[in-house]
Amino acid sequence: MGPLVPQEIIGQDWNMLIAFIIGIGFGFALEQAGFSSSRKLAGLFYGYDTVVLKVFFTAAVTAMLGLLYFSLFGWIDLNLVYVNPTFIWSAIGGGVIMGAGFIIGGFCPGTSVCAAAIGKIDAMIFLAGVVIGIFVFGEGYPLWKEFYNSGNLGNPKISEILGVSGGVMALLVIIAAGIMFWIGEWAEKKFTREEY
Amino acid sequence: MKTKYMNPYLAGLMLGLVLLMAFFFSGRGLGASGAFKNLLVASEHIVAAEHVETNGYFGKYVADGKNPLNSWLSFEILGVLVGGFISGALSGRLKIKVEHFPKITANKRLTMALIGGVLFGFGSQLGRGCTSGSALTGMAVLSLGGFITMAAIFGTAFGLAYTFRKNWI
Repeated sequence: MGPLVPQEIIGQDWNMLIAFIIGIGFGFALEQAGFSSSRKLAGLFYGYDTVVLKVFFTAAVTAMLGLLYFSLFGWIDLNLVYVNPTFIWSAIGGGVIMGAGFIIGGFCPGTSVCAAAIGKIDAMIFLAGVVIGIFVFGEGYPLWKEFYNSGNLGNPKISEILGVSGGVMALLVIIAAGIMFWIGEWAEKKFTREEY
Repeated sequence: MKTKYMNPYLAGLMLGLVLLMAFFFSGRGLGASGAFKNLLVASEHIVAAEHVETNGYFGKYVADGKNPLNSWLSFEILGVLVGGFISGALSGRLKIKVEHFPKITANKRLTMALIGGVLFGFGSQLGRGCTSGSALTGMAVLSLGGFITMAAIFGTAFGLAYTFRKNWI
């Protein structure tokens, strides 16, 4: 049955409206979680607020399990769901630079859009920075083109690399998430900070 | 007064269901940085069309007269703006302000936000997606790259937390 648009059960024309509606849900969930505050986002790295960890892993586990069950019931053809490619060196390099941007800027692109939507000026400036960063990457592309395309492993799933089934992998991720939630709850009690 | 947010596990469940619906309807996950790339490429194309068309990285987004703004991510991010605004309005959080740790100035916060944004923008292109598109979506489809990017983002932020502690605590 699904995914509905790639299989033309719903026309391509509707895809943009669907994107807009899904975006509303995305923005609403992020803002309700408190991701519109850099104080809460940065809190993870000092232990006083681990909402990022809890929301991020609950969401990843929910979607992961949802996909597995949908596939099991024949509601979605996983072969038609886009799996991000893995370029091992740029994945690490990009992640490291993004991590630095996260602790310095206090947002990631998606959360800064939510924060800008409710009037946070720091988020609007962060977004301007994001655009500048993308500009620098594109304009200087020949300089890092080789690194960007190095270590191409195709589109592997982590379960294939570890040689386990999707279900076993999901169980491992759930166990890891459970341990991290437990550490998060402990950290929030130990490193409590005043709000500002 | 303590600001009231939704229970994080409930918010995470909601976010996960939104992501699942993106897979179910459109066969793809969420994203954010890509929408800003589209915006940048479209704007740059207006002032320097030929320059963009011959750019090795941006060129493909305007090839054959394509409009980069007419993309799934562009419409999704418009929705994020609307959804964030609705949530903020319902919870009484609409306020124009610079949020910053009281021991640093607003200008310091804005400078750090700009630097952080530049790094995140650059890194999101190198890493083929940001926290939403590469880490969250990638993990949900069990992409190896998604797990690697997620670990690199959070690992680096933890590693640098001590260096930048005076901005936050």
